[in-house]
Amino acid sequence: MKAVQMINIVKVYPNGIVANNGVNFEVEVGEIHSLVGENGAGKTTLMKILFGIEQPTQGEIRIFEKPVHISSPHDAIKLGIGMVHQHFMLVPSLTVAENIVLGMEPTKAWGTTIDMDRAVEMVNEVAEKYGLPVPAKEVVLDLPVGIKQRIEILKALIRGAKILILDEPTAVLTPQETEELFVALKNLAKKGMTIIFISHKLNEVKEISDRITVLRDGKTMGTYRVEDVTEEEISRLMVGRDVELVIDRPPAKPGRVVLQVKDLSYYREDGVRVLKGVSFSLRSGEILGVAGVEGNGQRELVEILTGLRFGATGSIVLNGEEVLGLTAYDLRRKKVAHIPEDRIEKGAAVKASIAENLISDRYYKRPFSGRLVLFPKKVIEFAKKAIKMFSIKTDSPLTEVGMLSGGNMQKVVVAREFTSGADLLVADQPTRGIDVGSTEFVRKKIIEVRDSGVAVLLVSADLQEILQLSDRIIVMYKGEIVGYFDKNEGLTEEDLGYYMLGVKRHDPDRVKEAALL
Amino acid sequence: MRRDRIIFETVRTTLTILIALLIGYVILLFATDKANEAFKWFLLGPLSTKRRIVELLNRTTPLIFTGLAVSVVFQAEIFNIGAEGQLFFGAVAATFAALYFPHIKFLQIILVMLFAMAAGGAWAAVPAYMKAKWNASELVSSLMMNYVAFFFGLYLVNYHMRDVNAGALVSYRFPRTAWLPRMLRRYNLHPGILIAIGFALLVWFFLYRTKYGYELRMVGKNKEFARFSGIKVENVVIYSQIISGMIAGLAGAIELMGLYKRFVWQMTPGYGFDGIIVALLARNNPLMVIPAALFISYLRTGSYVMGRMTGIAPEIVVMLQAIMILLITAEAFLAFWKRRMIEKSAMSREE
Amino acid sequence: MNEVIKSILSAQFFYSVLRVTTPVLFAALGALLSDVAGVINIALEGLMLMSAFWGVMVSAWTGSAWIGLLAGVASAVLLSLALAYFHLNLKTDLILAGIALNMFASGSTVFLLYLFSGDKGSSSSVKSYVLPNVDIPGIKNIPILGDILSGHHVLTYIAFLSVFVVQYLIYKTPLGLRMRAVGENPNAAQSVGISVKRIKYTSLVLSGLMAGLGGAFLSMGYVSWFARDMTNGRGFIGLAAQALGGKSAYGSMWGALLFGAAEATSYTLQAIRIPSEFTNMLPFIFTIIALIIYARAKIMQIKKIREKQTSHEEVGL
Repeated sequence: MKAVQMINIVKVYPNGIVANNGVNFEVEVGEIHSLVGENGAGKTTLMKILFGIEQPTQGEIRIFEKPVHISSPHDAIKLGIGMVHQHFMLVPSLTVAENIVLGMEPTKAWGTTIDMDRAVEMVNEVAEKYGLPVPAKEVVLDLPVGIKQRIEILKALIRGAKILILDEPTAVLTPQETEELFVALKNLAKKGMTIIFISHKLNEVKEISDRITVLRDGKTMGTYRVEDVTEEEISRLMVGRDVELVIDRPPAKPGRVVLQVKDLSYYREDGVRVLKGVSFSLRSGEILGVAGVEGNGQRELVEILTGLRFGATGSIVLNGEEVLGLTAYDLRRKKVAHIPEDRIEKGAAVKASIAENLISDRYYKRPFSGRLVLFPKKVIEFAKKAIKMFSIKTDSPLTEVGMLSGGNMQKVVVAREFTSGADLLVADQPTRGIDVGSTEFVRKKIIEVRDSGVAVLLVSADLQEILQLSDRIIVMYKGEIVGYFDKNEGLTEEDLGYYMLGVKRHDPDRVKEAALL
Repeated sequence: MRRDRIIFETVRTTLTILIALLIGYVILLFATDKANEAFKWFLLGPLSTKRRIVELLNRTTPLIFTGLAVSVVFQAEIFNIGAEGQLFFGAVAATFAALYFPHIKFLQIILVMLFAMAAGGAWAAVPAYMKAKWNASELVSSLMMNYVAFFFGLYLVNYHMRDVNAGALVSYRFPRTAWLPRMLRRYNLHPGILIAIGFALLVWFFLYRTKYGYELRMVGKNKEFARFSGIKVENVVIYSQIISGMIAGLAGAIELMGLYKRFVWQMTPGYGFDGIIVALLARNNPLMVIPAALFISYLRTGSYVMGRMTGIAPEIVVMLQAIMILLITAEAFLAFWKRRMIEKSAMSREE
Repeated sequence: MNEVIKSILSAQFFYSVLRVTTPVLFAALGALLSDVAGVINIALEGLMLMSAFWGVMVSAWTGSAWIGLLAGVASAVLLSLALAYFHLNLKTDLILAGIALNMFASGSTVFLLYLFSGDKGSSSSVKSYVLPNVDIPGIKNIPILGDILSGHHVLTYIAFLSVFVVQYLIYKTPLGLRMRAVGENPNAAQSVGISVKRIKYTSLVLSGLMAGLGGAFLSMGYVSWFARDMTNGRGFIGLAAQALGGKSAYGSMWGALLFGAAEATSYTLQAIRIPSEFTNMLPFIFTIIALIIYARAKIMQIKKIREKQTSHEEVGL
């Protein structure tokens, strides 16, 4: 019996990007089926179509061998499909129970009033049945990531899901939390649940799946039993070439201290402390990696360092000058470059042209403008050069950035930040959500920039990236530096995982070494 | 791709106008048994006599100004819809300057214009500062400022500048030194329209060819991006609104000096809100504001001619303008056609 | 000056506060009902105007104030549905759609007023009906309190009762939970199969209902005729009142009462011959000042939290 059949699916997005181009995908009842492919291959789009969030431009879907039309998540849920999204879909101010029963609330007083006691009971019942305990009465806002994910799974289970889609569920988890999740998933499969698992981490895929379907460039490359293929074979199918991502990193030649952060603490608007006595130094010509599960203060650290968040205490010395509390306007002029975590929200103006995006930090200077007037010719000239240097795929510098693919959009951001002549580059998740080709390109450029004498602070949730690029590594947990490694030879992702989870921590003297060079 | 979009936008705008006119005709069918005659006056009235052509051109002037004022803030994605109040208050300030500033030929006209611009700019600065300093919604505060401008302005005119010998509630007559010259001997065509066109060019240059214009547009396209890039967003939020207010204020001065030679309004003239539809039709492009303002002026003039000839209330045109705003900003209106166009070109690229 | 203070302390003043608060309170509740679901209903002004007009016209045609009320409210709900349709189906910008509908309401009411009554200013030539005032039996006879609370227009009572109903609706019912979820994170609501569109439609209809009642009060209670643009910014003030009150119906009520007090004061000032143009602008200036104080307070609050936390740190906690 087949649980899911998606036949010849085509999806064209309103900006003209073809995400799926004739995809075929089949899942048997009761199996754990992995859908793999690199970023931008169309995995998430395919699953959004299955869950009714996006409508296919063409194609046919059958659920339990019956042809269906899924026009909304409501339809999908009725068909027994549940989905755990990459970005959690929770209402932060509501309680766990309210989030789970939302849309199917138990009522009293003739349906006019929500029966909260009954709701909590219902949640505890399913939680117990599937072995996924949650604090039903607590507000979701500050719960740990692992719990939030459990809530998402329970949301699907309580609605009687028979097919469960998990979109990159391990991206936000530590290796140890991932293990826990896998145990739970195998348990569910044993009870007859069909599970679709999306990932691009091949070791995980090998560990958990029965079968694997590979997508590339919006097309199906084939479906295999897990024991029939090796990781190498899968990766070749995913990228279409043999190379494993190897970045050549010659030893760093650190120079003078560019950045010195001392005892940095910060309270968020709601009073929660998200940074606690963070201290480290960064020299020109080296890359300092910041590892950690997302939400442990990295975002705030980056925003404070780049002048986008205020109200911290402590000290930040840049090139010998105290800069704590300065705005992005000041810091840009003091030679700080910044690749932000989110290119669409911050890194680019998608409705502006490539050329306009490339000069946003230098439009006021020669050769781009005089005292008042802008020089469009010079702007275009520079844009053409940058497009060539960073191999951005486009036919004109006047193309809107929003029309580019994720990888090319990121290259626009990178092109601007790498040509800004900065002393300090803060790179926050520089390769998130872009294809392997662009990832390789960006990583190589980061090394290049380092070797030209820039101090690079690399913040990444991708441990492979951290290990590949960093000369030194700090690990953050609950707003503190809990681990410091002055070189990364022999270090593994698992090693870092223990620190990221707060299971292990270095003693304070060792952590202090991050600041004392 | 870019050409496709221009074609698409043109078709959509044209269709919007046609639909609005059709709705107008249907309303007339219900409202009167002389619908055909009324509609003819509405469509052709503005060109039927020389006097009406002059009326059409004079009415275009304030619409160009308010269209520009609204375009500037809309380009910065700021919803300061206070052009109405800024224009009104600018007109009150112009009245003051015309009556009490030294009556020197030519110089006084310039001073009146500058004073009105300052007043309009100051009026717009209030919501601007509130937004920049305390993040208070400029939408609500600019609306409130419209009402304050109206009542406060009326108070100033009716209690301090009122000509008690005139039959109506109006100010004293301006001295000749504060009159814009006539451009035609027999008709009162004033040079406001030339000033307005000059301003359209100026605003275009400002937006697309200066540093400050670039900042303003980037803030409009993505505020977070602008801040991240080192643009002082708060400054942009403030100066874009002040510039907008100055343009609106100037409109008030020119309207009085060119047309009425005294303060005559006991109701807000509505040009500020008309500026919104002008800006939308022009897609916030200062050069396109000129034809867009001419078009709206044409509809307005047509409705007045129709009103005079057939006794139908010219407010019908306000309804049509509302319908046009709705359709022009409706992203999904005709979107199926756009989507098909994109899908076709995307798939052909894939081949 | 004495005169003013005396009249402000009179029962009559408090009575008139409740009276002038009524339309603003309806508007504020309307603003709240849509805001909770994440929709800024700037069309409230036009919705009220529409209802005020049709209430008068239909009551004149049918001879029944109650049918007039029904028609007025229906017209506001209909226009609210149009806003929902343009925003949710045709993806029109919410604020511009709101502005357009305000223009539409203003233009169409004048156009039709002229068509039906031959007058462009007001409907005074049309014989329309008003809804009754109601005495509350027990309270009526209590001195002072009775003068303040009893004998109000029926819609005034409905307005204040609505505060509790709206609060219950938002915080206790399934619909309210869904509205809050849609407002805070529409993706979360969608992920459990809730139709975001349908919830937003519902909240806009409820919002229109409130605005409709507020508009009907203006022309069938506050005065007994329709006048061109008679809402005079009350819909916008309602938006501001809700902004001050946050996401609670009680908050909206206090916000509305604040403006009611400002407006009642301005009438009192008119009585001692301060020009009406001058006093008329007071509620609007008051709104602006209130918005500034509110926005500042919010910023100070954040600062204070942070300072408190930091000082704890230094003591060594």
